[in-house]
Amino acid sequence: MSAKVQNIALRFPDPADSRLSGRSGAAEEVSPAAQSQRVLSPVTAKVGLRDICLSYRTHSGQDLLALDRINLQLRAGEFVCIVGPSGCGKSTLLHLIAGLHQQTSGEVLVDGKPVKGPGTDRIMIFQEHGLFPWLTVGQNVEFGMKMKGISGAEREEKTRHYLRLVHLAKFEKSYIHQLSGGMRQRVAIARALATEPDVLLMDEPFAALDAQTRDLLHDELERIWYETGCTIIFVTHNVREAVRLGDRVILLTFRPGRVKSELTVGLPRPRHLEDPLVARAAGQILDELRDEINRSLEVEYAEGIKPKVRPGGEP
Amino acid sequence: MKRAVRNILFYAALFGLWMILAKLKVWPPYLFPTPWGVWEELCGGFKDLTYWIAIVVSMKRVLIGYLISVALGMLLGLGISSNQFLEETIGGLLVSLQSLPSICWWPLALLWFGLSQNAILFVVIMGSLLSVTLAMEDGRKQMPKIFSQAGRNLGATGFKLFWYVLLPASLPFIVSGLKQGWAFAWRSLITAEMLYMSMGLGQILMMGRDFSNMSAVVAVMLVIIAIGYIVDGVVFKGMERHLQNKWGLTPAT
Repeated sequence: MSAKVQNIALRFPDPADSRLSGRSGAAEEVSPAAQSQRVLSPVTAKVGLRDICLSYRTHSGQDLLALDRINLQLRAGEFVCIVGPSGCGKSTLLHLIAGLHQQTSGEVLVDGKPVKGPGTDRIMIFQEHGLFPWLTVGQNVEFGMKMKGISGAEREEKTRHYLRLVHLAKFEKSYIHQLSGGMRQRVAIARALATEPDVLLMDEPFAALDAQTRDLLHDELERIWYETGCTIIFVTHNVREAVRLGDRVILLTFRPGRVKSELTVGLPRPRHLEDPLVARAAGQILDELRDEINRSLEVEYAEGIKPKVRPGGEP
Repeated sequence: MKRAVRNILFYAALFGLWMILAKLKVWPPYLFPTPWGVWEELCGGFKDLTYWIAIVVSMKRVLIGYLISVALGMLLGLGISSNQFLEETIGGLLVSLQSLPSICWWPLALLWFGLSQNAILFVVIMGSLLSVTLAMEDGRKQMPKIFSQAGRNLGATGFKLFWYVLLPASLPFIVSGLKQGWAFAWRSLITAEMLYMSMGLGQILMMGRDFSNMSAVVAVMLVIIAIGYIVDGVVFKGMERHLQNKWGLTPAT
């Protein structure tokens, strides 16, 4: 691991950890004490990022390095949050894992195999939900299954199952614009889960929601994570949200995005945003991030406009 | 309500003016057809089935031509919008071709396809293909990127991506282009039909000319306008309303 790895000492008797290592199988079992120095090979990890670099050309013709030698390993069933100032390339990293963009160098490995393009084992949930407004809620949820060629009867059954999981069974026939923001995000989660992915990639999914809705969705997401056992990579700029949800929190630096440090959150679940321990851990991360945030703000003010970090050329 | 009253008044006034001018006999009827003469032509034309046959023949042609150009135009537009090389080459050519009335293809079409239905179809396609292509290109660009990202992410590729994601996602952005394409197709068709014995509406309009029967000419013109209006008001308005309901867009007017 190229970046300095820190273990901010927030260790508590941790039921979540034993649950996790139990689920992730013997091969990846790591004792809590060794966790911070964990040397998980990218090949045995559920998701492994190996020396990911991404550069792209700006409008003025300069080459800009957006991501610089990112190395990360995720165990199966782990909930990892990535935080960083705006413009650090954290969303772009998710796009690379999803296979929607191509890195300049390095490798994304899922189950040890390099990612070559989009695949339904990794489903992305966007901040703007990305639901299809021309389809009903039910049709949205079954979309991925339809693309896979799953039969109508099975699709119907699973659609109902996942809509029940997000408490939206009654809205199967509604159109997206008839739902509230929180409901839309729940449909997006159901749609993602319906393809039965191993990895959920969440790109600031709750950033546009009001606080109460977000709290509810945190609980719901945590419950779904327990029930499905999927691996979640959750990108957010909200440090408290990251501590509330993540087993681990990864901090990225501002331009180029590097792994600055990582924190294992040892707090027992379920956690609450208002929990003083969550606030304390978030405070530590914020201290750590302050320089980066300041740097990002300086650049934004200096340039007058926010530069696009995501590379263009989307086909 | 107010608007409807205003419209009725406007058309009543227009009709009244026509009536008065005809009654005053300012111009002879072979120069200025009278309302009652046109009315007689209309009734007669529908009664002896001439108009009905002409309408069926013309509609069949325009539908075939329009559907072909929609299919081709969508593929072309999609190709152009997703490939910079195509955009800079074919895209530019299409824009410059847009100033060419499709009937200019008529002499070539005659040589290529002979005096046949296919020559007319070719002119119709050339008339509407460009607007559909440019509309699709534009629609694809306006369409939020997130739809294609989400679609690819959920396993849609190639034709499935086009059919289930890109096409429905771009519909609200291309419906006005489709409408324009229809108008061009309809106009090109009538023009082409006027040029040879075609059995369509264009031909019976020319027959009116050949018999110096201006009432017949105006009667067919009214039929042509009515059909254009009905297709626009029923098909396209319905489509727009349907899309707005689904997408939750507020109507433009």
